[in-house]
Amino acid sequence: MSFPYLTTIIFLPVVGAILIAFIPGLSERKIKNLAAIFTFFPLALSIYAFAIFDRSLGAAGVIQFEEKLSWIPAINAYYHLGVDGLSLPLVILMSLLGFLVVLISWKIDLRPREYFAWLLLLETSILGVFCSLDLLLFFLFWEIEVIPMYFLISIWGTGRKEYSAIKYVVYTLFGSAMMLAGILSLYFATGSLSMVEIAQGGLAMVQSVMPVVAIFFLLLIGFAVKLPVFPLHTWLPDAHTDAPTAVSVVLAGALLKMGGYGMIRLCVTIFPQVAKTYAPLLVTLAVVNVLYGAAVTLRQTDLKRLIAYSSISHMGYVLLGIFALGQVSLVGATLQMFSHGVITGLLFAMAGLVMHNAEERDLRKLGGLVRQMPIIAVIFSVAGLAALGLPTTSGFAAEFLVFVGSYSSTVVSGIQLYTILGVLGIVITAGYILWMLQRVFYGPPLEQFNGVKDADILERVYIFTFVAVIMLVGIYPAILTDVIKTGIMPIMGLLGG
Amino acid sequence: MLNLELFTPELTLAAFAIVVILLDLIIQRKGWLVVVSLVGVVVAAGFTIAMWGGSSQAIFNNMLAVDNFALFFKLLFLAIAALVILASVDYVSRFSRFQGEYYALVLLSALGMMLMAATAELISIYVALELASISLYVLVGFLKDPKSTEAALKYLLLGAVASAVLLFGMALVFGFTGRTQLGEIARVIQALSLSGVLASPGLILGMVLMVAGFGFKIAAIPFHMWVPDVYEGAPTPITAYLSVASKAAGFAIILRVFYSAFGLPSWLSLDWGLIFAVLAAIGMTVGNIVAIPQTNIKRMLGYSSIAQAGYLMVGLATVGLSPAVDILGRSGLLFFLASYALTNLGAFTAIIAISNKLDSDLIQDYSGMGRRAPLLALALTLCLISLIGMPPAAGFMAKFYIFSGAVQHGLLWLVVIAVVNSVISAYYYLRVVKVMWLGEPASEEKVPSSGALRLALSLSCLGVLLLGIIPGYIMKLAELAAKMFVF
Repeated sequence: MSFPYLTTIIFLPVVGAILIAFIPGLSERKIKNLAAIFTFFPLALSIYAFAIFDRSLGAAGVIQFEEKLSWIPAINAYYHLGVDGLSLPLVILMSLLGFLVVLISWKIDLRPREYFAWLLLLETSILGVFCSLDLLLFFLFWEIEVIPMYFLISIWGTGRKEYSAIKYVVYTLFGSAMMLAGILSLYFATGSLSMVEIAQGGLAMVQSVMPVVAIFFLLLIGFAVKLPVFPLHTWLPDAHTDAPTAVSVVLAGALLKMGGYGMIRLCVTIFPQVAKTYAPLLVTLAVVNVLYGAAVTLRQTDLKRLIAYSSISHMGYVLLGIFALGQVSLVGATLQMFSHGVITGLLFAMAGLVMHNAEERDLRKLGGLVRQMPIIAVIFSVAGLAALGLPTTSGFAAEFLVFVGSYSSTVVSGIQLYTILGVLGIVITAGYILWMLQRVFYGPPLEQFNGVKDADILERVYIFTFVAVIMLVGIYPAILTDVIKTGIMPIMGLLGG
Repeated sequence: MLNLELFTPELTLAAFAIVVILLDLIIQRKGWLVVVSLVGVVVAAGFTIAMWGGSSQAIFNNMLAVDNFALFFKLLFLAIAALVILASVDYVSRFSRFQGEYYALVLLSALGMMLMAATAELISIYVALELASISLYVLVGFLKDPKSTEAALKYLLLGAVASAVLLFGMALVFGFTGRTQLGEIARVIQALSLSGVLASPGLILGMVLMVAGFGFKIAAIPFHMWVPDVYEGAPTPITAYLSVASKAAGFAIILRVFYSAFGLPSWLSLDWGLIFAVLAAIGMTVGNIVAIPQTNIKRMLGYSSIAQAGYLMVGLATVGLSPAVDILGRSGLLFFLASYALTNLGAFTAIIAISNKLDSDLIQDYSGMGRRAPLLALALTLCLISLIGMPPAAGFMAKFYIFSGAVQHGLLWLVVIAVVNSVISAYYYLRVVKVMWLGEPASEEKVPSSGALRLALSLSCLGVLLLGIIPGYIMKLAELAAKMFVF
């Protein structure tokens, strides 16, 4: 058997978490070093896996780095891991963010042992979600994520942190309860827990326990809470705003993508016909997400809350791309997930730096900071421009693909109108991003911010890493789209073109 | 032929119970009582394991069944008894008198429960049930303070009423079938036509009364009124014992009686299956909602155990609705019982350790426990997560397993109610977690715990994790045990 790449990538962080939690007498320094080491190696491994991933068209739809062991014979569950073109970019995204958030958290001094243990456990669970090909295993990782999030927000957060944490938990558990019912019905309709088998067997395998449409929507609710889709989005601004910086980065960067990933992997792949039938409804919701999210963002005065609401708007593009059900639009949606992960991750990291250094997060009270923190100002601007989709950034590549793909999709009638409405979101985005940058960095210098520091060496390392990734994908998107395409093509086959 | 060798686990336990009482008279160092009781449990478990996998037999004129089903439960009860004894060490060492009686009664009630899992005949069911119950009545009142006494009295009175109802039900069933042996009852009922049964509604009434009588044991709504008061007043190790062993024994006997006596014809099993489905839906909803405002952690876990009984009854409903050859309902129930036992024992053991120091069971006093006793708090957190039914703890697998059986047999509506209930329950379980990890500690003083407590706690937590991550082996055991012996 070949080297178990995925198992190693997934479980290294949790090994680190256990070491950090249970080795007595670790100094704060050692804890941080351990966390960095145990997140760096998964990153290195996943980049290596990315390098040797077979991108040829012959490999389209082939699961690579597959591992399959019998896990619970009584219910036909397998320890089944594997990645294809759809999940590999997200694995890279999470392992990249996993390493960077350890650096972002370097200044944490409140209960560091617990903090890093939870952070690493969180990484394991999200990586597990993207790699699992067994529904039970998928759900297990999906659920584990809630506990670290609860603690991370409620202990290390700010503001109404306990309220936000429990709100997050209740929303997520509600979504996953629906999803569990869906998974159970799917299991008994097909007798299998393997995503691959169920997708291949198609609906022919389904004996009716209940209408297929109902199973589709049970699963969809679980993912829609996570993405989030209007009107299930209200947990997001609270959780993002009150979470500590690093957790906001993971939350916006990788956690939301679990929803989009699940929609493509389960809802679209297993129920192509149902997805087609209900695509108009979901595309409408996507447009509502884009416009409503952007409109609400315009009104925000809190730096983090503004970025949080912008996520809702940007996830609308993902939803639009998915349920336009065209090959280009699906590739675009997946690329948008990756791109938004890096861009919003950077935005939250920058917001965290501004808040930490200037000790102020109210946009009405900030201003003129470009003189005190030139580097932060430049990078924050780059991130903002990427978020509004400026060419040469990944944001442009992703949104362009989504719009082109949706506009030309033949599956949903009248999609052109929806796409044009969606494009309007870009205009609003430009509005709030530029307004935010102006409020924070420009204008007359304010006295109370004299002596505020710019980014230090460590901070420069991680923010430049973010920028490098954004530029790389923006200038040469094929580095990812080639991979993504191999994952999307078989789905197009299922949709029947 | 008497086949006494098949009765050795029970005989061993009875003998050791007597030895413990006698030993108490002559030795000064009471620590030996714990050792002797544990040796008794281990020896009995050894005999039980030796019988595992053998062919199913009946002994004492078909009164007791020796099958994998009974052996599974016997092992479960012995494991619970051992953990309860370990968890009691600190608690009991503070008593000035009657330490021997305490351990002896724990052993005797374990003996009663073992018999409950094995009996296949109405009268011996009653005797076994009373043996288990009467020992527990005494144990509940062991503290002899007003709360404990009130709890014992309440438990005794309501228990007696439940026993009477049960007896009445048994009498009706006996009256209409003329048999007390479960297999023979089944044969008489199967010989009746549908109109024959409808012409004798007393049989159905008897069945319903038996549901009520057993419902008391498993704390099913509406027979749950005793639970919160008794859980609060009883010595905490006994609360733990009640919440897991007594409940498991109740489910064992219900499975045995309803599956082997009323399992066929299928319209009959459909009847009681639906009764349990409705009880399950009400039980989990009421239990979870009433648990939310509780301020005393033992009371909260009392209501939580009512809700958990609801989830377990989903399994019973599945058994009723599925054909007799289908074992998924039964094995799901057995697996859930095992995981619930470990989880709840773990939770109570942590509570014992904490309340030894605090002398309080109020949730608000757990404030800052994450800093005063990080490992205890971590263990309690794990157990509460398991009670919610979240991975990687045993509770998740148990729920998945039991619900998957229910979905298969058309109980999706019940499963949806159950998963929504799990979300509700997260609220009050996480409240305790929140207080422990986010609250400010009232003092910086560490919370000590004895070696025995730590052993019991680590065993249960290990079990919880094991069943949550690699449940395959225990599920296999549960499947083997689910093939019940009907004769």
